[in-house]
Amino acid sequence: MSPLWMAVIIAAVGCYLLKLAGVSLPESILNHPKVQRVAQLLPIAMLSALVAVELFDGGRAYSADWRTLAGVAAGVIALLLRRGFLVVFLIAISVTALLRLIT
Amino acid sequence: MDEPLPERGMILRTAIGIGLYAMAFGASFGAISVGSGLSLGQTIALSLVMFTGASQFAFVGVAASGGSPFAAVPAALLLGVRNAFYGVPISEILHPRGFARLWTAHFVIDETTAMAVSQATPRGKRYAFWATGLTLFCLWQLGTLAGALVGRAVNPADIGLDAAAPAVFLALLWPMLRRPQARWVALGGALVALALVPITPPGIPVLASAIVALVAGLLPARQPMESIDERDSA
Repeated sequence: MSPLWMAVIIAAVGCYLLKLAGVSLPESILNHPKVQRVAQLLPIAMLSALVAVELFDGGRAYSADWRTLAGVAAGVIALLLRRGFLVVFLIAISVTALLRLIT
Repeated sequence: MDEPLPERGMILRTAIGIGLYAMAFGASFGAISVGSGLSLGQTIALSLVMFTGASQFAFVGVAASGGSPFAAVPAALLLGVRNAFYGVPISEILHPRGFARLWTAHFVIDETTAMAVSQATPRGKRYAFWATGLTLFCLWQLGTLAGALVGRAVNPADIGLDAAAPAVFLALLWPMLRRPQARWVALGGALVALALVPITPPGIPVLASAIVALVAGLLPARQPMESIDERDSA
Protein backbone atom coordinates (compact mmCIF):
# COMPACT_ATOMS: atom_id res chain seq x y z
CA MET A 1 0.00 0.00 0.00
CA SER A 2 1.34 3.43 -0.93
CA PRO A 3 2.01 5.96 1.86
CA LEU A 4 -0.70 8.21 0.40
CA TRP A 5 -3.32 5.42 0.63
CA MET A 6 -2.26 4.71 4.21
CA ALA A 7 -2.57 8.40 5.08
CA VAL A 8 -6.03 8.53 3.46
CA ILE A 9 -7.24 5.54 5.50
CA ILE A 10 -5.74 6.69 8.81
CA ALA A 11 -7.15 10.22 8.45
CA ALA A 12 -10.58 9.02 7.29
CA VAL A 13 -10.97 6.41 10.05
CA GLY A 14 -9.60 8.92 12.58
CA CYS A 15 -12.24 11.49 11.59
CA TYR A 16 -14.94 8.82 11.98
CA LEU A 17 -13.59 7.89 15.43
CA LEU A 18 -13.80 11.56 16.48
CA LYS A 19 -17.50 11.55 15.58
CA LEU A 20 -17.96 8.24 17.41
CA ALA A 21 -16.21 9.66 20.48
CA GLY A 22 -18.70 12.54 20.42
CA VAL A 23 -21.73 10.27 20.74
CA SER A 24 -19.98 7.91 23.21
CA LEU A 25 -17.89 9.99 25.64
CA PRO A 26 -19.44 11.24 28.87
CA GLU A 27 -20.81 14.73 28.32
CA SER A 28 -18.79 16.27 31.14
CA ILE A 29 -15.56 16.07 29.15
CA LEU A 30 -16.92 17.74 26.02
CA ASN A 31 -18.94 20.29 27.98
CA HIS A 32 -15.87 21.80 29.65
CA PRO A 33 -15.84 25.50 28.60
CA LYS A 34 -12.11 25.68 27.84
CA VAL A 35 -12.23 22.50 25.79
CA GLN A 36 -15.20 23.90 23.86
CA ARG A 37 -13.48 27.22 23.27
CA VAL A 38 -10.34 25.59 21.86
CA ALA A 39 -12.50 23.36 19.66
CA GLN A 40 -14.37 26.36 18.34
CA LEU A 41 -11.18 28.29 17.56
CA LEU A 42 -9.30 25.37 15.96
CA PRO A 43 -11.02 25.53 12.56
CA ILE A 44 -10.64 29.31 12.51
CA ALA A 45 -6.86 29.27 12.99
CA MET A 46 -6.36 26.30 10.66
CA LEU A 47 -8.62 27.39 7.80
CA SER A 48 -6.93 30.77 7.85
CA ALA A 49 -3.51 29.09 7.82
CA LEU A 50 -4.63 26.92 4.90
CA VAL A 51 -5.65 30.00 2.90
CA ALA A 52 -2.25 31.61 3.56
CA VAL A 53 -0.30 28.46 2.70
CA GLU A 54 -2.34 27.74 -0.45
CA LEU A 55 -1.65 31.26 -1.70
CA PHE A 56 1.99 31.85 -0.75
CA ASP A 57 3.74 28.50 -0.18
CA GLY A 58 6.24 27.64 -2.90
CA GLY A 59 7.83 24.70 -1.08
CA ARG A 60 10.12 26.09 1.64
CA ALA A 61 10.01 29.48 -0.07
CA TYR A 62 7.38 32.13 -0.70
CA SER A 63 5.84 32.28 -4.11
CA ALA A 64 2.50 33.38 -5.48
CA ASP A 65 0.74 33.47 -8.82
CA TRP A 66 -0.91 36.86 -9.25
CA ARG A 67 -3.72 35.25 -11.30
CA THR A 68 -4.62 32.98 -8.39
CA LEU A 69 -4.44 35.94 -5.99
CA ALA A 70 -6.71 37.98 -8.27
CA GLY A 71 -9.21 35.11 -8.47
CA VAL A 72 -9.31 34.70 -4.68
CA ALA A 73 -9.58 38.50 -4.26
CA ALA A 74 -12.62 38.41 -6.56
CA GLY A 75 -13.99 35.65 -4.32
CA VAL A 76 -13.48 37.88 -1.26
CA ILE A 77 -15.47 40.63 -2.97
CA ALA A 78 -18.26 38.11 -3.53
CA LEU A 79 -18.10 37.18 0.18
CA LEU A 80 -18.30 40.87 1.15
CA LEU A 81 -21.41 41.07 -1.03
CA ARG A 82 -22.79 38.15 1.04
CA ARG A 83 -22.75 35.65 -1.80
CA GLY A 84 -22.87 31.95 -0.97
CA PHE A 85 -20.20 29.32 -1.31
CA LEU A 86 -21.05 28.34 -4.88
CA VAL A 87 -20.88 31.90 -6.27
CA VAL A 88 -17.60 32.55 -4.45
CA PHE A 89 -16.14 29.32 -5.82
CA LEU A 90 -17.24 29.97 -9.41
CA ILE A 91 -16.04 33.60 -9.41
CA ALA A 92 -12.63 32.67 -7.98
CA ILE A 93 -11.94 29.94 -10.53
CA SER A 94 -13.35 31.81 -13.55
CA VAL A 95 -11.37 34.99 -12.85
CA THR A 96 -8.19 32.92 -12.44
CA ALA A 97 -8.91 30.86 -15.56
CA LEU A 98 -9.70 33.95 -17.60
CA LEU A 99 -6.55 35.79 -16.53
CA ARG A 100 -4.50 32.71 -17.34
CA LEU A 101 -6.08 32.48 -20.76
CA ILE A 102 -5.36 36.09 -21.72
CA THR A 103 -1.87 36.49 -20.22
CA MET B 1 -48.38 4.28 13.33
CA ASP B 2 -47.73 7.74 14.80
CA GLU B 3 -49.46 10.87 13.58
CA PRO B 4 -47.75 12.22 10.46
CA LEU B 5 -45.15 14.83 11.30
CA PRO B 6 -46.63 18.22 10.29
CA GLU B 7 -43.31 19.88 9.49
CA ARG B 8 -42.08 16.87 7.50
CA GLY B 9 -42.38 18.50 4.05
CA MET B 10 -40.60 21.66 5.14
CA ILE B 11 -37.73 19.74 6.73
CA LEU B 12 -37.36 17.53 3.65
CA ARG B 13 -37.28 20.51 1.27
CA THR B 14 -34.58 22.21 3.39
CA ALA B 15 -32.63 18.94 3.55
CA ILE B 16 -32.70 18.61 -0.25
CA GLY B 17 -31.59 22.24 -0.60
CA ILE B 18 -28.65 21.59 1.72
CA GLY B 19 -27.92 18.38 -0.19
CA LEU B 20 -27.76 20.16 -3.56
CA TYR B 21 -25.44 22.74 -2.10
CA ALA B 22 -23.33 19.89 -0.70
CA MET B 23 -23.27 18.27 -4.14
CA ALA B 24 -21.66 21.41 -5.61
CA PHE B 25 -19.29 21.53 -2.65
CA GLY B 26 -18.48 17.84 -3.18
CA ALA B 27 -17.85 18.44 -6.88
CA SER B 28 -15.30 21.13 -6.04
CA PHE B 29 -13.71 18.72 -3.58
CA GLY B 30 -13.50 15.97 -6.21
CA ALA B 31 -11.92 18.30 -8.76
CA ILE B 32 -9.41 19.76 -6.29
CA SER B 33 -8.55 16.33 -4.91
CA VAL B 34 -7.61 14.74 -8.25
CA GLY B 35 -5.94 18.04 -9.22
CA SER B 36 -3.81 17.71 -6.07
CA GLY B 37 -2.56 14.29 -7.14
CA LEU B 38 -4.92 11.93 -5.32
CA SER B 39 -6.35 9.06 -7.33
CA LEU B 40 -10.05 8.65 -8.11
CA GLY B 41 -10.25 5.83 -5.54
CA GLN B 42 -8.55 7.88 -2.81
CA THR B 43 -10.85 10.83 -3.53
CA ILE B 44 -13.96 8.66 -3.25
CA ALA B 45 -12.63 6.91 -0.13
CA LEU B 46 -12.25 10.30 1.58
CA SER B 47 -15.83 11.31 0.78
CA LEU B 48 -17.27 7.93 1.82
CA VAL B 49 -15.33 7.33 5.02
CA MET B 50 -14.08 10.73 6.22
CA PHE B 51 -17.33 12.44 5.16
CA THR B 52 -16.62 15.86 6.65
CA GLY B 53 -15.89 18.63 4.16
CA ALA B 54 -13.35 20.90 5.82
CA SER B 55 -11.16 17.95 6.88
CA GLN B 56 -11.26 16.50 3.37
CA PHE B 57 -10.19 19.80 1.78
CA ALA B 58 -7.47 20.22 4.41
CA PHE B 59 -6.20 16.69 3.78
CA VAL B 60 -5.78 17.18 0.04
CA GLY B 61 -4.43 20.72 0.57
CA VAL B 62 -1.66 19.54 2.86
CA ALA B 63 -1.03 16.32 0.91
CA ALA B 64 -0.55 18.40 -2.24
CA SER B 65 1.98 20.70 -0.60
CA GLY B 66 4.66 18.02 -1.01
CA GLY B 67 6.60 16.16 1.64
CA SER B 68 5.13 13.26 3.57
CA PRO B 69 1.40 12.53 3.04
CA PHE B 70 1.22 11.71 6.75
CA ALA B 71 1.55 15.43 7.51
CA ALA B 72 -2.01 15.71 6.13
CA VAL B 73 -3.38 13.31 8.78
CA PRO B 74 -3.21 15.59 11.87
CA ALA B 75 -4.50 18.56 9.86
CA ALA B 76 -7.61 16.59 8.86
CA LEU B 77 -8.07 15.26 12.40
CA LEU B 78 -7.77 18.65 14.09
CA LEU B 79 -10.39 20.07 11.74
CA GLY B 80 -12.60 17.06 12.52
CA VAL B 81 -12.48 17.68 16.28
CA ARG B 82 -15.55 19.90 16.13
CA ASN B 83 -17.68 16.93 15.02
CA ALA B 84 -16.98 15.30 18.39
CA PHE B 85 -18.60 18.30 20.08
CA TYR B 86 -21.69 18.01 17.91
CA GLY B 87 -22.09 14.57 19.48
CA VAL B 88 -23.35 16.20 22.71
CA PRO B 89 -26.57 17.74 21.32
CA ILE B 90 -27.05 14.85 18.89
CA SER B 91 -26.86 12.28 21.72
CA GLU B 92 -29.52 14.22 23.62
CA ILE B 93 -31.76 14.15 20.55
CA LEU B 94 -31.24 10.59 19.28
CA HIS B 95 -30.07 8.70 22.40
CA PRO B 96 -28.12 6.22 20.27
CA ARG B 97 -27.26 3.03 22.18
CA GLY B 98 -24.98 0.12 21.32
CA PHE B 99 -24.59 -0.55 17.60
CA ALA B 100 -26.82 2.41 16.69
CA ARG B 101 -23.95 4.61 17.82
CA LEU B 102 -21.73 3.19 15.09
CA TRP B 103 -23.85 4.39 12.17
CA THR B 104 -25.34 7.45 13.84
CA ALA B 105 -21.82 8.79 14.46
CA HIS B 106 -20.96 8.79 10.76
CA PHE B 107 -23.64 11.42 10.05
CA VAL B 108 -22.71 13.83 12.86
CA ILE B 109 -21.46 16.83 10.86
CA ASP B 110 -22.07 20.59 10.65
CA GLU B 111 -25.22 20.46 8.53
CA THR B 112 -27.03 17.60 10.27
CA THR B 113 -26.34 19.11 13.71
CA ALA B 114 -27.53 22.57 12.66
CA MET B 115 -30.70 21.10 11.11
CA ALA B 116 -31.48 18.80 14.04
CA VAL B 117 -31.03 21.36 16.83
CA SER B 118 -33.07 24.01 15.00
CA GLN B 119 -36.32 21.96 14.96
CA ALA B 120 -39.02 22.53 17.56
CA THR B 121 -40.10 18.99 18.49
CA PRO B 122 -38.07 15.88 19.39
CA ARG B 123 -39.59 13.99 16.43
CA GLY B 124 -38.82 16.90 14.12
CA LYS B 125 -35.22 16.91 15.36
CA ARG B 126 -34.78 13.19 14.74
CA TYR B 127 -36.38 13.40 11.31
CA ALA B 128 -34.26 16.44 10.37
CA PHE B 129 -31.06 14.67 11.42
CA TRP B 130 -31.70 11.61 9.25
CA ALA B 131 -33.31 13.41 6.30
CA THR B 132 -30.36 15.81 6.10
CA GLY B 133 -27.74 13.16 6.81
CA LEU B 134 -28.91 10.64 4.22
CA THR B 135 -29.67 13.20 1.47
CA LEU B 136 -26.39 14.96 2.01
CA PHE B 137 -24.40 11.73 2.11
CA CYS B 138 -25.75 10.52 -1.24
CA LEU B 139 -25.39 13.87 -3.02
CA TRP B 140 -21.93 14.43 -1.53
CA GLN B 141 -20.77 11.16 -3.11
CA LEU B 142 -22.37 11.99 -6.47
CA GLY B 143 -20.80 15.45 -6.44
CA THR B 144 -17.39 14.07 -5.51
CA LEU B 145 -17.49 11.56 -8.36
CA ALA B 146 -18.63 14.14 -10.94
CA GLY B 147 -16.02 16.67 -9.81
CA ALA B 148 -13.24 14.08 -9.82
CA LEU B 149 -14.12 12.97 -13.36
CA VAL B 150 -14.12 16.59 -14.60
CA GLY B 151 -10.87 17.23 -12.73
CA ARG B 152 -9.24 14.26 -14.42
CA ALA B 153 -10.38 15.32 -17.89
CA VAL B 154 -8.90 18.83 -17.83
CA ASN B 155 -5.71 20.48 -16.62
CA PRO B 156 -6.76 21.89 -13.21
CA ALA B 157 -4.80 25.13 -13.69
CA ASP B 158 -6.59 25.80 -17.01
CA ILE B 159 -9.94 26.10 -15.29
CA GLY B 160 -8.50 28.12 -12.39
CA LEU B 161 -8.76 25.31 -9.85
CA ASP B 162 -5.67 26.52 -8.00
CA ALA B 163 -7.84 29.40 -6.78
CA ALA B 164 -10.62 27.01 -5.71
CA ALA B 165 -9.05 25.63 -2.52
CA PRO B 166 -8.17 29.01 -0.94
CA ALA B 167 -11.55 30.41 -2.02
CA VAL B 168 -13.36 27.42 -0.44
CA PHE B 169 -11.39 27.78 2.81
CA LEU B 170 -12.21 31.49 2.91
CA ALA B 171 -15.90 30.81 2.30
CA LEU B 172 -15.89 28.26 5.17
CA LEU B 173 -14.01 30.66 7.43
CA TRP B 174 -16.04 33.80 6.68
CA PRO B 175 -19.14 33.15 8.83
CA MET B 176 -16.92 32.19 11.80
CA LEU B 177 -15.27 35.63 11.88
CA ARG B 178 -18.05 37.68 13.44
CA ARG B 179 -16.40 37.99 16.84
CA PRO B 180 -13.20 40.10 17.19
CA GLN B 181 -11.41 37.25 18.97
CA ALA B 182 -12.09 34.99 15.98
CA ARG B 183 -10.52 37.55 13.63
CA TRP B 184 -7.40 37.78 15.78
CA VAL B 185 -7.13 34.00 15.88
CA ALA B 186 -7.53 33.84 12.09
CA LEU B 187 -4.85 36.47 11.58
CA GLY B 188 -2.55 34.77 14.09
CA GLY B 189 -3.03 31.38 12.43
CA ALA B 190 -2.18 32.76 9.01
CA LEU B 191 0.90 34.62 10.28
CA VAL B 192 2.27 31.62 12.21
CA ALA B 193 1.81 29.41 9.14
CA LEU B 194 3.44 31.91 6.79
CA ALA B 195 6.38 32.50 9.13
CA LEU B 196 7.08 28.75 9.19
CA VAL B 197 6.80 28.14 5.42
CA PRO B 198 10.51 28.67 4.65
CA ILE B 199 11.86 26.85 7.72
CA THR B 200 9.70 23.74 8.31
CA PRO B 201 8.72 20.73 6.17
CA PRO B 202 5.40 21.00 4.26
CA GLY B 203 2.34 20.41 6.43
CA ILE B 204 3.91 21.76 9.63
CA PRO B 205 2.87 25.42 9.08
CA VAL B 206 -0.84 24.52 9.03
CA LEU B 207 -0.48 22.27 12.09
CA ALA B 208 1.42 24.94 14.00
CA SER B 209 -1.46 27.37 13.50
CA ALA B 210 -3.50 25.14 15.84
CA ILE B 211 -1.28 26.45 18.68
CA VAL B 212 -2.85 29.89 18.17
CA ALA B 213 -6.31 28.39 18.79
CA LEU B 214 -5.00 26.51 21.82
CA VAL B 215 -3.45 29.61 23.40
CA ALA B 216 -6.43 31.86 22.63
CA GLY B 217 -8.90 29.23 23.90
CA LEU B 218 -7.07 28.69 27.19
CA LEU B 219 -6.78 32.41 27.95
CA PRO B 220 -9.43 33.64 30.41
CA ALA B 221 -12.72 34.23 28.58
CA ARG B 222 -13.93 37.80 28.29
CA GLN B 223 -17.20 37.12 26.52
CA PRO B 224 -19.80 34.37 26.79
CA MET B 225 -19.62 31.35 24.49
CA GLU B 226 -21.81 31.12 21.44
CA SER B 227 -24.09 28.15 21.77
CA ILE B 228 -23.90 25.41 19.18
CA ASP B 229 -27.13 26.31 17.36
CA GLU B 230 -25.99 29.89 16.86
CA ARG B 231 -22.86 28.79 15.09
CA ASP B 232 -22.75 28.87 11.34
CA SER B 233 -22.21 25.55 9.67
CA ALA B 234 -19.19 24.90 7.52
